[in-house]
This record gives sequence, structure tokens and C-alpha cells, in this order.
Amino acid sequence: MNRASRLEGFGFIAPLLVLMVVAFNAPIVYMLGLAFWEKGRGFTLEHYEGLLEAPVYLRVLGNTMRIALIATIANIIIGYPLAHWMRGLGSRGRMIALALVVLPFWVSILVRTYAWIVVLGNGGIVNRALQWSGLTDAPVSFLYNELGVTIGMANVLLPFLVLPLFAAMIRIDDRLLQAAASLGAPPRTIFWKVYFPLTLPALAAGALLVFILCLGFYVTPAILGGGRVPMISNLLDTLINQIPRWEQASAISTILLIVTLVIFAAYRRLDRKASGT
Amino acid sequence: MSDIRLEGVTKRYGTFAAADQVDLSVTQGEFVTILGPSGSGKTTLLSLIAGLNRPTSGRIFIGGRDVTNATAQERNIGLVFQSYALFPHMSVLENVLFPLGVRKIGGAEADKLARDALKLVRLDGLEARRPSQLSGGQQQRVALARAVVFKPDILLLDEPLGALDRKLREELQVELKQLQRTLGVTTLLVTHDQEEALSLSDRIMVLDKGRTQQVAAPTEAYLRPANRFVAEFLGIANFVDLPDGRQGVVRPERVRLAGEGQGKAARVIEAIYLGQMVRYHLALDDNRSVVVAVPFLGTAHAPGERVSVSWESADVWPVT
Ligand SMILES: Nc1ncnc2c1ncn2[C@@H]1O[C@H](COP(=O)(O)OP(=O)(O)OP(=O)(O)O)[C@@H](O)[C@H]1O
Ligand SMILES: [Mg+2]
Repeated sequence: MNRASRLEGFGFIAPLLVLMVVAFNAPIVYMLGLAFWEKGRGFTLEHYEGLLEAPVYLRVLGNTMRIALIATIANIIIGYPLAHWMRGLGSRGRMIALALVVLPFWVSILVRTYAWIVVLGNGGIVNRALQWSGLTDAPVSFLYNELGVTIGMANVLLPFLVLPLFAAMIRIDDRLLQAAASLGAPPRTIFWKVYFPLTLPALAAGALLVFILCLGFYVTPAILGGGRVPMISNLLDTLINQIPRWEQASAISTILLIVTLVIFAAYRRLDRKASGT
Repeated sequence: MSDIRLEGVTKRYGTFAAADQVDLSVTQGEFVTILGPSGSGKTTLLSLIAGLNRPTSGRIFIGGRDVTNATAQERNIGLVFQSYALFPHMSVLENVLFPLGVRKIGGAEADKLARDALKLVRLDGLEARRPSQLSGGQQQRVALARAVVFKPDILLLDEPLGALDRKLREELQVELKQLQRTLGVTTLLVTHDQEEALSLSDRIMVLDKGRTQQVAAPTEAYLRPANRFVAEFLGIANFVDLPDGRQGVVRPERVRLAGEGQGKAARVIEAIYLGQMVRYHLALDDNRSVVVAVPFLGTAHAPGERVSVSWESADVWPVT
């Protein structure tokens, strides 16, 4: 493309670009800038210092990371076998399984999260089944603690892991596995030396995506945590809507953004590998 | 090294028989080519021998041992797939090391075996490349090195040269033949290229619709085809009436071409130059066509010219 036509093309997108910058980017920059700016005094780093001084903030950040990590691992443990099982189905079975995995996307996240309250509550089916089977005497509390939040997030985010993983798995040519068998490899070796390495880039990319989404999750921790499981986004909610301390919220957002961007950069690298270029 | 014996091997998919009562016996060190049109069951047969598939009925013996129900790992067979099936996440060297690792051969010994195998197929220097960074011919040779590095009892090659251009294919045919002779390994090659089959093998097996049509030495099958299908599938066949009412086949090289009045009268329809040979497509007076191949000696008959053809009755082979 030459210069002139590139400029011409720019003319078409310019209005949209202006809209994007004004409506989305400018507020974000303004938000981030809040943390560095004190009225009447100019540039300052004191809000970041404040973060370091009050350990509660760092604790919440650490807590968020931990819960995100556990939810991601739970996702992998459920998602990998699920995607592998779907690969083995016939084309009809695959369609149905895929629809079941994607279906939750079309149900409001709020509805799904409240559904977990019904399922996991003290009188919910899980607890009734546990008690009926004699595994426990008293109801296990799943709700308003980390366990409930983790279960809820793992469920909501499962498709983000399963879909790229499934796509990578169905791209694996059966003949590669047959070749490995014909070269003398037992099933275990075929899995660990051929199948798993070929799914690894997609697995890593999907897991990072789930992790990033966990970091910023709001609705599910708010409802299933019942305010007792502090995560970053709920802390931000408090800082903005209740106290309000916008500068502190802005400083935390900046840190979260940087962490997310670093992870996202890793994700992009892996994703490019996963798509085989 | 081992011999292979198939007894009444049948593979059905539903009611459709991809292999139908196939008998075959390949002696130790022999090079046999399976030849047949697309869908005739060639790949099916190889996958049954390799143990990637189980026959519906019949028995398979390798080295005298009944392996009908043995898994692929238990058979020690080198298989080169129609599509090469190289592991994309491994380098050339790692691909060739794979079957050695599976056999618990490692370290310097494995490294030497793998490098020797790569040298055998003239790929030394490309060890570190990924399969995606190789040409089709190079990929094919990696697949070959990977299939021979662990000294298999049997080598199965499924159209290993199918995707290559003519020149490269001819080069690799020579290499393949030399390799097989060096290793002395019992080899089954699948192809639908009849020239390849005729030039490489000790014997050929012609398949059609899952059934064996003929198993014979190449020249034998060419000059004395078992039936009409084989006659037409292997080269060009002229069908002529025999005195006893049957039909016979004469190959183009066995037809004599002369000036007018020295045999059956014919008219030249087309003359095709093939380097040292010229192939004439002729029409007899009863409108039946005859193909003749003669050495090219500087001059040729032009289309429309009248000529005559004749053949020895000994060169006519009766077919049903
Ligand atoms: N898994 C399967 N299910 C049903 N039919 C099959 C299956 N595998 C092969 N076939 C059928 O069996 C027949 C033989 O297939 P095969 O792959 O052995 O042919 P081929 O001789 O190798 O052909 P080509 O030269 O095209 O590779 C074909 O008609 C094919 O459609
Ligand atoms: Mg085939």
C-alpha cells in the first residue's frame, strides 16, 4: 500500500478513532493520572507510598492472585480432560458437547452466579447429597468463602480454556499418534511425548487468559464471596463507591493494569506459538 | 528381518470390504510393491500389517509369529505414512531419536544411530531443523530415516514418493532401492504409479476393490497379466481376438509396424514422441484402435499416413 492510499484509509477511520480516544482512552488515562496528581501541589507519588504503607492493599492483591491461580488450576484440571474427551467424540457428539460448553456464555453471568447459591447453599443439592450419602453430618459451607468464589469463577471461565484447547486438539492429526504407535511407543509415551506437547501452547495461552480474567473479576466474588472474600475489584468498588478515595483506587488500578499487561504480553507470545507460526 | 504372510485377511467397514480375503507371502529381504487405483485398499492393508488396525477376519504372520492380535508396539515395523507424519514440535534429529528413546536407547549410542540414519538418506547437516522448514523430499527422507533407525524387521512405505515432482521422485526411487538393498530389510511399498512398481520391486501385487488380482514379478505381470484389469492397469494394452474366440493382449512394443501391404492395414491417428521411442495410435480398417511403440530413428509416420501392423502369436497373451 502506498502512502496516499494509506492516508485516504485513515480518513475513513478517523471519526471512529476520535470517538474511541475521547470515550474510552481519555477517561482511563485521566483515571490513571489521578494517582500521580494532587490538587494544588502537582506531581506526587504519595498515593503509591500509601499503598505500600497500608499492608491491607498488598494483602488483597496477593489474595487475588492466589484465588486466580487456584481457579485457573481448577480450570485446567477440569478443562483438559473435558476437551480431550470432546475430541474423541463423533462429529454430532462434538457439536452437542461444544454447545453445552458455550451455552453458559448466553446466560447472564448474574443468573449463573445466583444459580450457584441455590446449588451450593446449606440446603442446596450438593449439601443434601453429601449428607444423604453420609460423607458429612453437618452442611459444608461452600458459600461466602474462598471455596465458593473459586468454584464460581472456575465455572464461569471454563469456556475460555476449553475452546482454544479443543481447537488445538482437533488440529492434531490422528496419523501422528499412529506414527508414534508404529514406532513402538506405548500409549503413555504417545500422550506425554506427542499429544501433550502439541496442546501445551494452547493450554498455556488459555490458562493465562483465564488467570487474567480472574484478576479483574467482580460479579462472582461479590455475590459468592458475600463481601467476605476481598479481591481487587471489590476493593476498588469500596474505595470508589463507599469511602471514596479515588486516588488510592487509581494507584491500585495502575498496578493491576501493569500486572495484567505483563501477563498479557506472555499470553500473546504463547498464543502466536499455539496458532503455529 | 522377517517374512510376512497374510492368510485370508479381510477388513470390513460395515458391509463394505476394504480388504477382501487377501493372501500374500513375502520372503525375507524381498521388495514387494502393492499397486492399485485409489481406494483399492492399499493403505488399509498396510495399516493391518502394521497393527494400527485389526482385521475382521484372517491371520497375519511376521517372522512365523502370529501377530494378528498384537499391538503396533509389539511388531517392530518401520512405517512411512502417505503424509510422512513427522512430529512438528520436534527437530529432525529428535524425530529420528524418538523410536530409539522408546526402546530405551539413549545417550551417545542413540545419537550415533540417528546421525548414521540421517547420513544414509543424505540429510546430515539438517538435524536442527523443524519439519516445517524442510522441502517435501527432505521430509520424506526424514520419515524414512525415522522408520529405519531402529532396525525394523519390516519396512512399510505408503506412497512415500507420491507428493514429489517427477525428477525428485526418480532420484529417490534409486535411493530407496539402494537403501533397501543395503539394509536387506523386507519391504512393502504402496503406490499407484505403475512405473515405480515395475522399476523397484522383486514382485508386485495388484489390488482392485480390496481383492488381489495378481501377485507376480513385474515383467511377468506386464507380459502375462492374470486378467483384463491387470492388463489395462499395467501400461497400455491392445486387445485382439484369438482364433478360439477368446481375447488376448499384446503390448505396444510387441507390435511390428511396416509400410502398407505387409500386414493388417491401418491409419496413423496420432504420433507421440517419447524421447527414444515414438508411440503411434492407429486405427485398423474395422475401426479398432491399436497402439504401437517403436524406436525413434529420425523419421516418423505422419498422422493420416497408411501403414500396416502385425504381431507374433507368441506375443499374444490370452486374458479373460
Ligand atoms: N475408517 C474407515 N471407515 C470406512 N471406510 C474406510 C475407512 N478407511 C478406509 N475406508 C475405505 O476403504 C477403502 C480403501 O481405503 P484405502 O485408504 O485403503 O485406499 P488406498 O488404496 O490407500 O487409496 P489411495 O491410493 O487413495 O490412498 C476406501 O474405499 C475407503 O473409503
Ligand atoms: Mg492410501
